[in-house]
Amino acid sequence: MEFNREFILGCSAIGAGLAVIAGIGPGVGQGIAAGHAASAVGRNPGAKSDITSTMLLGQAVAETTGLYGLLIAFLLLFVQPLAK
Amino acid sequence: MAQGILLSAENEIDFMIHGVFSYNFFGTEVWITTTHMSMLIVLLVLIIFGIFARRAMLKATEVPTGFQNVVELIVEKLDGMVDATMGKNGKNFRNYIGTIFIFILISNISGLFGLRPPTADYGVTLPLGLMTFTLIHVNKFRYQKVSGVIKGLCDPWPFWAPINIIGDIAVPVSLSLRLFANVLSGTVMMALIYGLLNKIALFWPAVLHVYFDMFSGAIQTYVFCMLTMTYISDAMTTE
Repeated sequence: MEFNREFILGCSAIGAGLAVIAGIGPGVGQGIAAGHAASAVGRNPGAKSDITSTMLLGQAVAETTGLYGLLIAFLLLFVQPLAK
Repeated sequence: MAQGILLSAENEIDFMIHGVFSYNFFGTEVWITTTHMSMLIVLLVLIIFGIFARRAMLKATEVPTGFQNVVELIVEKLDGMVDATMGKNGKNFRNYIGTIFIFILISNISGLFGLRPPTADYGVTLPLGLMTFTLIHVNKFRYQKVSGVIKGLCDPWPFWAPINIIGDIAVPVSLSLRLFANVLSGTVMMALIYGLLNKIALFWPAVLHVYFDMFSGAIQTYVFCMLTMTYISDAMTTE
């Protein structure tokens, strides 16, 4: 069965939209990290700079899985590997 | 050239890598791209900074003044970061971590100056990840010896070795993809804003530049260096 190019590009756009749903996970995770960091600062305000840098490091690492989804979306939208 | 499929053709959305000129390298066509150009500019800036820093430190005074202050502050902060993370092994890695920190930082914020950031090209971040990978494994073999490495591979059980090998290979891939995808997403966002809103994108994108180029770039630089240091000092611990 042959599909024309427009159909494949449309399906790629849907796939790109589905791929960035991966952003939900890092969003929840970063929110949990920030919430715990806030309560840690409330308990120990003296360690604020240490807590902030640890939180940012953890959040940036947690972001990776969301960025994989974003990369897939970019590949589908701009490199268009399926429509070659 | 077919850009995004959701975007109409008359908008100028441009974040791809372009070839500047090509030449023949022993029979294969090699392209000099915008990545090379912006990387050369970044390197020139760093070299000029280095020359001036050396000149300032040659006639250094006991009480630092002016430019000497800046250079001492940068070196002190970077050395302090390495020492705080790696402990007593830190002094061997100060030069390497400091170098890649400054390079990645200047590369990431070069989007502010209208360049396409060199780190938004996977061909730049993958070598950085592979350098970390090499350092991890050289130090692993140096400190844990061959027996320790084999013992580490067969950690819970011997048949777990393939999973551990995949975990080792995932380190440079995830390191480089994290940096690449973060900088690329910033570049794409800025290109979309300038391309789609070209009439009304006048002054307010500066706020987005602060987030996408400066904040995100600085955080990712810090994360790359911290993870490199953590992995290396992890490989250096002997049981």
